[in-house]
Amino acid sequence: MFDVIVIGGGVVGGTILRELTKYCLSVCLLEKEGDVSMGQSKANSGIVHAGFDAQEGTLKAKFNVLGNQMMFGYAKELGVKCIQNGSLVVAFSEEEKETLTALKARGERNGVKNLRIVDREELKRLEPNVSDKAVCALYAPTGGIVCPYELTIAAIGNAMDNGAGLFTDFEVEKIVREKDCFRVTSRDGKEVKGKLVINCAGLGTERVARAAGDHSIHIGARKGEYILLDRESGDLVSHTLFFTPTKLGKGILVSQTVDQNIILGPTAEENELTETSAIGLAAVESKAKEMCPSVPLYNAITSFAGVRAYSDRHDFVIEESKEVVGLIHCAGIESPGLTSAPAIAEYVVKELVGAHIALEKNPSFNGHRESDYFFKELSTEEKNEYIKNNPAYGKIVCRCEQVTEGEIVRAIKTNPPARDVDAVKRRTRSGMGRCQGGFCQPHVAEILARELNIPFEEVTKCGKGSNLVTEECK
Amino acid sequence: MKKNYDIVVIGGGPAGLAAAVAAYDSGVKDVLILEREEKTGGILNQCIHNGFGLTRFKESLSGPEYAARFIEEVEKRKIEVVTQTTVLSLSKEKEITAINAKDGVFTVSAKAVILAMGCRERSRGALNIAGSRPAGIYSAGTAQKYVNIKGYLPGKNVVILGSGDIGLIMARRMTLEGAKVHAVCEIMPYSSGLKRNIAQCLDDFGIPLYLNHTITKIEGKERVTGVVVSRVDENKKPIVGTEIHFDCDTVLFSVGLIPENELTKGADVPLSPKTKGAAVYQNRETEVSGIFACGNVLQVHDLVDFVSEEAELAGLSAARYVKEGTKPHCGIEVVNGKNINYVLPQKIDQNIEGDVKLFFRVSNTFKNCTVKVECGGKTIIERKKRIVAPGEMETLVLKYEEIKKAQSPITVSLEVGE
Repeated sequence: MFDVIVIGGGVVGGTILRELTKYCLSVCLLEKEGDVSMGQSKANSGIVHAGFDAQEGTLKAKFNVLGNQMMFGYAKELGVKCIQNGSLVVAFSEEEKETLTALKARGERNGVKNLRIVDREELKRLEPNVSDKAVCALYAPTGGIVCPYELTIAAIGNAMDNGAGLFTDFEVEKIVREKDCFRVTSRDGKEVKGKLVINCAGLGTERVARAAGDHSIHIGARKGEYILLDRESGDLVSHTLFFTPTKLGKGILVSQTVDQNIILGPTAEENELTETSAIGLAAVESKAKEMCPSVPLYNAITSFAGVRAYSDRHDFVIEESKEVVGLIHCAGIESPGLTSAPAIAEYVVKELVGAHIALEKNPSFNGHRESDYFFKELSTEEKNEYIKNNPAYGKIVCRCEQVTEGEIVRAIKTNPPARDVDAVKRRTRSGMGRCQGGFCQPHVAEILARELNIPFEEVTKCGKGSNLVTEECK
Repeated sequence: MKKNYDIVVIGGGPAGLAAAVAAYDSGVKDVLILEREEKTGGILNQCIHNGFGLTRFKESLSGPEYAARFIEEVEKRKIEVVTQTTVLSLSKEKEITAINAKDGVFTVSAKAVILAMGCRERSRGALNIAGSRPAGIYSAGTAQKYVNIKGYLPGKNVVILGSGDIGLIMARRMTLEGAKVHAVCEIMPYSSGLKRNIAQCLDDFGIPLYLNHTITKIEGKERVTGVVVSRVDENKKPIVGTEIHFDCDTVLFSVGLIPENELTKGADVPLSPKTKGAAVYQNRETEVSGIFACGNVLQVHDLVDFVSEEAELAGLSAARYVKEGTKPHCGIEVVNGKNINYVLPQKIDQNIEGDVKLFFRVSNTFKNCTVKVECGGKTIIERKKRIVAPGEMETLVLKYEEIKKAQSPITVSLEVGE
């Protein structure tokens, strides 16, 4: 019997899980996929928003500003790359300039610090590749970038290191309220019991709520398409560049990622399939060119789509169910959800979990996690010391991103353990470079088969049914 | 391991092996080959089909057999080879930083460096093809590695995009292993593969080649379940209404090779935007003194036989550089004229004696045309061609007496009849 069951291994579920391990509680995470961070936390812009977008008084505004203040320290503690590169909302007309003024005032009311409007000259100094048609920009020095899956994996890994349990391939089908606990059953008949259930299932929050008999959650799905450029083009911009928001939303951004790629996107379309489309990708290209006419689109290394879950209440839904006592919802956590996650986690645990269970500090909690990229940051001498003890760190497997076998084995053995090729990729960047795994994938698959002690044919790209090969050759 | 070498060759594929042997035979015996894989031979090791060596050895060898001839020569000369070692960086001072399990991260210095890192395949991502990202999408070379090296079939029902040689070879290979290849799609109006491969790999097995077609959507959640193929117009844009659907579990991409020049860029060696390899003089020396390049890292060749030839030239030149020291180049530029995609070398040093073989690719398929080499308004060479295609590298020999006389850039162009 767990004290708390968290459903959904995205950034919200992950940060809540970690927050729970700060207290003397037995907790676990249920994830329907074979790895964590497989939903919207896998494919979004990776922006630490400053906090001027959301209407004052909303949960979005509150948690965004708080989350922004927390994020850089939070990421550092977990060994996650997070850079305060500052963001610029660019105006292309006098009319848009007025919107920026209003946005600045709203940001200030939300508590965002150091916002200012920069004129064209200063904007060009900050970002020489921005379009000459730009009039001015709203500069938010507190804006930043973080890798969403790196953060999610690290938070869950750290929670597990502090005693949390993880059940992957656990797709919740039924949640039954018994006398003193919930009985949560998976589609394939597995069962977990807990006193409280926190529903952080992203696109699945409505389904999970219904499984418990709560019909108050209504979720829509909005797809966004992205294009990623080679690191070689990483100096195109250094800040995150947004268009001036319209009624339709924040629009397409141009930003550096923490790994020095350039990310372009997202589009916004009512759709729950993570497929890219010719129209969507063309829209990303054309908007990116509008922002930065010299954007080297020929240097694209991949394109992808992510789906954000939004609530019909047009704000985050963070509350205990009015219909089922002990069921806590975190639903509709669309942008700025990534930024808000650490603040949401703190609130949910202190206020909502704390209302049911007396929270007693866990004296053995250790919030530090060694960075998945620790090896890259070592000095040559330190690296050689490492290689002497473990020669696998001397064998490069992914040549584009210079990932060693040691790092790949570590990803398979560290919490949360990687069990397929994409899971290794999200933890090590092997296959994320310019050849997109062309050279390293067979080798990574071999290491997975060896370390997991499974036949080569059973190695998958991204969980059940995604086997890399069909059979042995005749 | 030593800290200093006369010549360090980066890459132990066909280019690196031939370059090392040539350098040794030219009198520089202090040569080191650095190879990232377990054994030398490069991509030839997974090319188990025949057809290698027809030009050089006048016989048809498999890839490993072709490689073995050069590996043997390297072994005979006791040239030092260090495998399972990845070069991390190269400086223009010719300091090489590499990593392996035995020595860790280490640095060696060389008087001359020969770049022979080969190339990589363009991936699906570079093409922005719409759809999902399930398992079952491979570049043709990766599929070849799964089948020929690892011994596993990547899928049973296959559609291939791109009719480059690797795509054609894999169409046959997958068929022989029991898979069904439903289509090979080519966005261009012609195949960039060798004619013999189209005959032997597609026609002989009844595999249809769809020219002017591309994949416009990939379907499937966990594993590929199908693709949509569309005809393209003259601007290579898909034509609505021409969609053909194929059920398949595998998509292979054979959509071009890109020289792997990350180390080259790190050493501030200028690249040619056309070849994506270093810009070189006829002796295959780059603009950075003492750094030479050869093989597919320099220009993507049609046949390994030409790689070996180019590598021997680079090896010999590097040896000469070590023995004679650096001399300032006196370079005449070689310019791509009309209908020419690129010419290599990009510069000819008039101080280097000897005829120069020009390698070039045309920009489209043309019939009954004339290749012209001009300098200062004068035509030096004029050669009639019945047919030329971008997929087949063309060569011409420029006589030294013409080179000596040249005072302005040399232009190679293709005159096409109306």
